[in-house]
Amino acid sequence: MTQDSPYPWREEGATPFIKIEGLSKRFGSFTAVDDVSLDIFKGELFGLLGGSGCGKTTLLRMLAGFETPTSGSIFIDGADMTHVPPYERPVNMMFQSYALFPHMSVEKNIAYGLKRDGVNRSEISDRVAEMLKMVELSEFGRRKPSQLSGGQRQRVALARALVKRPKVLLLDEPLAALDKRLREQTQFELMNIQDQLGVTFVVVTHDQEEAMTLSTRIAVMDAGRFIQIGEPAEIYENPASSFIANFIGSANLLPAKILERHGGVAVLEHSGSKRQFKVATDSTQVGDTPTLAIRPEKILIDKAPLNQCDNQLQGTVREVAYLGKISTYRVETDIGEIIEVTAPNQVRPTGVGHKIDWDDSVHLGWNADSAVLLAE
Amino acid sequence: MAESTAAVNSGMLSRLGNWLQARWQSIITAIPLFWLLLFFLAPFFIVLKISVAESLIASPPFSSLFEWGEGLLPSVSVTAENYSYLWEDDLYVRTYLSSLKIASISTLLCLLVGYPIAYAISRADGAMRYILLFLVILPFWTSFLLRVYAWMGLLADQGTFNNLLMWLGVIEKPIRLLYTQFAVYVGIVYSYLPFMILPLYANMEKLDNSMQEAAADLGARPAAGFFTVTLPLTAPGILAGCLLVFIPATGEFVIPDLLGGGNVLMIGRVLYGEFNSNHDWPVASAVAIALLIVLVLPMMLYHRVQARNAEQNT
Ligand SMILES: Nc1ncnc2c1ncn2[C@@H]1O[C@H](COP(=O)(O)OP(=O)(O)OP(=O)(O)O)[C@@H](O)[C@H]1O
Ligand SMILES: [Mg+2]
Repeated sequence: MTQDSPYPWREEGATPFIKIEGLSKRFGSFTAVDDVSLDIFKGELFGLLGGSGCGKTTLLRMLAGFETPTSGSIFIDGADMTHVPPYERPVNMMFQSYALFPHMSVEKNIAYGLKRDGVNRSEISDRVAEMLKMVELSEFGRRKPSQLSGGQRQRVALARALVKRPKVLLLDEPLAALDKRLREQTQFELMNIQDQLGVTFVVVTHDQEEAMTLSTRIAVMDAGRFIQIGEPAEIYENPASSFIANFIGSANLLPAKILERHGGVAVLEHSGSKRQFKVATDSTQVGDTPTLAIRPEKILIDKAPLNQCDNQLQGTVREVAYLGKISTYRVETDIGEIIEVTAPNQVRPTGVGHKIDWDDSVHLGWNADSAVLLAE
Repeated sequence: MAESTAAVNSGMLSRLGNWLQARWQSIITAIPLFWLLLFFLAPFFIVLKISVAESLIASPPFSSLFEWGEGLLPSVSVTAENYSYLWEDDLYVRTYLSSLKIASISTLLCLLVGYPIAYAISRADGAMRYILLFLVILPFWTSFLLRVYAWMGLLADQGTFNNLLMWLGVIEKPIRLLYTQFAVYVGIVYSYLPFMILPLYANMEKLDNSMQEAAADLGARPAAGFFTVTLPLTAPGILAGCLLVFIPATGEFVIPDLLGGGNVLMIGRVLYGEFNSNHDWPVASAVAIALLIVLVLPMMLYHRVQARNAEQNT
């Protein structure tokens, strides 16, 4: 029950800050959110990740109070919020479209929420100034939103949502409109703010990289349901299904059958070529037909044989994509599958071509504990 | 030889093309400008001219502006008498004030009735929205005059409303509805409501739902959200609708004549009387010009203020 643990969700019986129970939302006969349950803890930066139309925004709108759940309930800090109107919830939202008031200056936009709460004038102006400073827009207080750049508007929206010091801040694709550099900068800003203010964040995104960088935990959604909830590394290294393995990063998926198992290592047979591989596992039975998933960066590629690896393949490079710090190779292997491999470009390619080039014969290798088995 | 002609031709064509390209904007703006000149400014100057002439019993019933005397230049005879007459006879001043009052109250009533309607239409979804919009403009499919006559039937002493109320036992003998200010208000609000609803709707349609949600999210109760966000954002629609109702309502003639009888003073009726009963075209013209000034001056002032605000904002 240590509330101060940085990983409260790992603890048995910790009290969640937001508790979602059996929440569903139907629009007519269409189910946008389908019976989801979730615990979010104080101070988390919780990521909601999923493809377009999977129900992320709908879930967030139910948390904010704009959408009435068809069934289920929402508790925030112990209080039942299911039927509380948005203006009475200790929750603020940063909209996907920012929704800044165009007829008000930046200052007035930020002050709006405080005014509604009847905060006195001098405190309002102090807190607005403090917020403006935090988002580095102090000189822009008198401008109208239309006179700001996209990134500046986004920071105003953030300041406006944060100034009321909500218990929960909801962000719907907060960084989608920003260029890569500004996005990364803002990601760190968000993490800083979360650290300083201790606000609980729920961030919707469909950018898996963003979710990985920002979040303490991620829930992956598909068709209105959570298909996996966990810490970023957990989801990346132990995806629950081949869908998730491919949605978060990419993976080589090989259909297989377990032949034997000795302690923590199983020997399996690739369904097509009958070639045998070793994989670390502790849950499969002989005779199971799981999918073997190997991340591209966990496979070594070399022109010389990779005898140190538990599993080896040979093949011919069919495609090379040079991405600067890494290169991606698509290799046609002797088991009849195209395997994708990424490798860091540690040596500066000199002269003509790279170290490994199109049509080169190569050896691939990976260890038993680099791959995972997926049941579906 | 033929080649060179072709070259000259194509040269001319391309020059024409360039000329059109450089000027197409002014050509396009010239069309409405010409229209306004022909159908607004020209009649305006004719009326202005008549308003400074003297009334005659002749055809046309006013003196001409220029007299061709002995000299080379014509002598110009202009009189401000018609205008001072408007000022001296307090009938006119009272009528202007009464018109402005009736138009203002009608505009306000139109706004109060039209705003919720426009809002509901703008928030209705899909087909419903078009059905509602269609219903708003449906009355235009019958003649304005017929609709006003229909109201006479509804409001008359032996009309539908009185009969209904008597049948219900609410009243014992007919109450006077027709030929009252009430009837004029009913007529104006009924007739001009679409002119309020349509610009409001056009403005509200663009209103982003997330604005109100953002207000609610930041703690604004529905009423506070309405006054701080929705109302200011729909102000352009309100202004357009109010002008579209107020301006024609001020000069309205048919409604006060048919529904107000002799009991409601409105400038349109006075104007009509001067032209048709008194045959005093110069005074009638002066009435019209004065009305124009009463209506146009505030608008110009408003534009000036707006322009200055816009400048300050940038
Ligand atoms: N008001 C509504 N009426 C009917 N269907 C709706 C409504 N709002 C959302 N939906 C549907 O619910 C599903 C989930 O929508 P939602 O906006 O939650 O998706 P999302 O995960 O946020 O997607 P995106 O990443 O594209 O923003 C979609 O199929 C959408 O069409
Ligand atoms: Mg969305």
